[in-house]
Amino acid sequence: MRKTLIIGATSAIAQDLAKLFAEAGDSICLVARSESKLSILADDLKLRGASSVAVQSMDVLEYDRHQSVVDSAVESLDGLDLVVIAHGTLPDQAACQQSLDMTKKEFEVNALTTISLLTHLANYFEEKQRGSIVVISSVAGDRGRQSNYVYGAAKGAVTIFLQGLRNRLAKSGVNVVTVKPGFVDTPMTADFPKGALWASSERVAKDINNAIDGQKSIAYVPWFWRYIMLIIKSIPEVIFKKLSL
Amino acid sequence: MTNRSYQSWAGYPVVDQEARKLNWQSDSLPLQDSDGKSFLPYGNGRSYGDVCLNDGGIVIDCRGLDHFIEFDAEHGVLRCEAGVTLQEILHFAVPKGWFLSVTPGTQFVTVGGAIANDVHGKNHHKAGTFGRHVSRFELLRSDGSRRICSADENTEWYQATIGGLGLTGVITWAEIRLRPVKSALIDQEVIRYSNLAEFFEIARASDQDYEHTVAWIDCLAQGDQLGRGLFIRGNYSDTVQNSAVRQPKFNLTVPVEPPFTLINKMTLKLFNTVYYNKQRKEQIKGQVHYKPFFYPLDAIYQWNRIYGSKGFFQYQCALPVEHMEDAMREILERISRAGLGSFLTVLKLFGDKPSPGLLSFPMPGATLALDFPNYGQKTLDLLDQLDEVTRSVGGRVNPSKDARMSSEDFQLHFANWRKMEDYIDPRISSSFWRRVTAES
Repeated sequence: MRKTLIIGATSAIAQDLAKLFAEAGDSICLVARSESKLSILADDLKLRGASSVAVQSMDVLEYDRHQSVVDSAVESLDGLDLVVIAHGTLPDQAACQQSLDMTKKEFEVNALTTISLLTHLANYFEEKQRGSIVVISSVAGDRGRQSNYVYGAAKGAVTIFLQGLRNRLAKSGVNVVTVKPGFVDTPMTADFPKGALWASSERVAKDINNAIDGQKSIAYVPWFWRYIMLIIKSIPEVIFKKLSL
Repeated sequence: MTNRSYQSWAGYPVVDQEARKLNWQSDSLPLQDSDGKSFLPYGNGRSYGDVCLNDGGIVIDCRGLDHFIEFDAEHGVLRCEAGVTLQEILHFAVPKGWFLSVTPGTQFVTVGGAIANDVHGKNHHKAGTFGRHVSRFELLRSDGSRRICSADENTEWYQATIGGLGLTGVITWAEIRLRPVKSALIDQEVIRYSNLAEFFEIARASDQDYEHTVAWIDCLAQGDQLGRGLFIRGNYSDTVQNSAVRQPKFNLTVPVEPPFTLINKMTLKLFNTVYYNKQRKEQIKGQVHYKPFFYPLDAIYQWNRIYGSKGFFQYQCALPVEHMEDAMREILERISRAGLGSFLTVLKLFGDKPSPGLLSFPMPGATLALDFPNYGQKTLDLLDQLDEVTRSVGGRVNPSKDARMSSEDFQLHFANWRKMEDYIDPRISSSFWRRVTAES
């Protein structure tokens, strides 16, 4: 029975992943801001087969609580095998361009809070010598684009942090999975018109689950984003800077 | 924002409406900055016609209300949010020995949609409609009020909401009673019969001993063979006789929508004849998984696309017992003469179990359901002809399948419609409701 911590548990992708974990019989600890939503999720996951469900309410910006939330999760689950970090926001790029405060706040939510949580979790897993750390980054972190480079820069920071962490923890037998979703139809992207490249959070969750089971390092979800990003990354800067992406 | 993914199953009419999501039962309705526009709860979009559409307004997508809340494993009572689909319930409940008390012919509908359309299935003669097995639910109105509705509490709201086409408010969660089963299998018998008279004979003889009965008919057969088809009856298996019966994999789909319908006179004739003749023997018995038994069309995901971009019309009428045989004959004759018809035409006897719903569709008698490619006026003319027969015997047309019945017919078929207006949420409206309540 796997012991699983999910941070940002009310996000659409995390919810669909949690369903899969529950069906597999995991013991689960959920962390999110809203107590009422956590309680809805806890009832649901217990019925879907989770061995146990504990919840902790926290705003990720409360850095001084990160260590204690991780400690309580370890205590309530009696150890940790898997952690999924899924919290995040989609910044309003145009507004960020007019406000450093907003840019800093978005960078904190999408990068620094994740880095803080990972700092505590990495030490736990390194000592334990096994387990998996799974973080939802984004294809947006692969290359800066004018339409969302604040988000992209934050996710890019997370991606590079994870690269280094994977390198450090490999010798301890800890697997680090960087998940890079493309367009996913979730409340975070509610305002976007949806086209053929969009995937459901359910589909994306299945792909992430497979990546966890397969001990993957980098998971583009759905898979075709690996090739889309390969093309986008290979466009020379002289040309790229003239595109309106 | 207009969204092409929020349309109806039959693809007609195509409307321009904004979609918003309700993902948490504890949230208030997403009506900010809506300029007083009307809204309509939307489930999984499997209604055929325009009961799930709100042209020029807003639809509130409730599919995100997909959490289970409570399960009483002793009595088979499940409480879940209204966006949970029947497929998710079966996935959850069948391994625990429970099945839906009533299921329609697709498992891709939400609980909220099943209540709002008070759906029925192959066991109507035994179990009545879906609404009979809903013990209570929460109704969230645009004024922010929340009511728990049951047969004893807020009774009028309970009755107006079951079969209420989503007009009374948003159902956030519901409690439904399941029925016990010993396996995921059905003991099925398929009987080949040669005309309408035989159908009624077999159906009457079967309704006592078989929980599920339905007939597929060859809608193009004429004369002595009018109404011929395959009568399918079954019960939940008590013992698994054939362990090789497995759950089939759903892996077929219609990937693209062709510009024209693939259903025409030639393919119809071919399909109907081949299907009728696929069984040489008079009767075949066997065990089948519940999925092909209840949901044969679900195996072809997005089968609606075969009708092309113009969409299709589904027609379902209920005919009262006293006149059902003659009226059914007349309807089938009109269809077969027109040479229009579908590859899945179903005929069934309804029982007399009353529904709590004010606008519930079924009535004791017989029901026929089939779809027609949209050939424009030609198809509409035939449907008007079928309406004539239905009207003349005091029958009804099913709102959740309809996109074109006249307001006169609706108001005649559903005498309670004015009473219903007292319970409609002032902010809620639908394309269907505006159409059938329009002054003529």
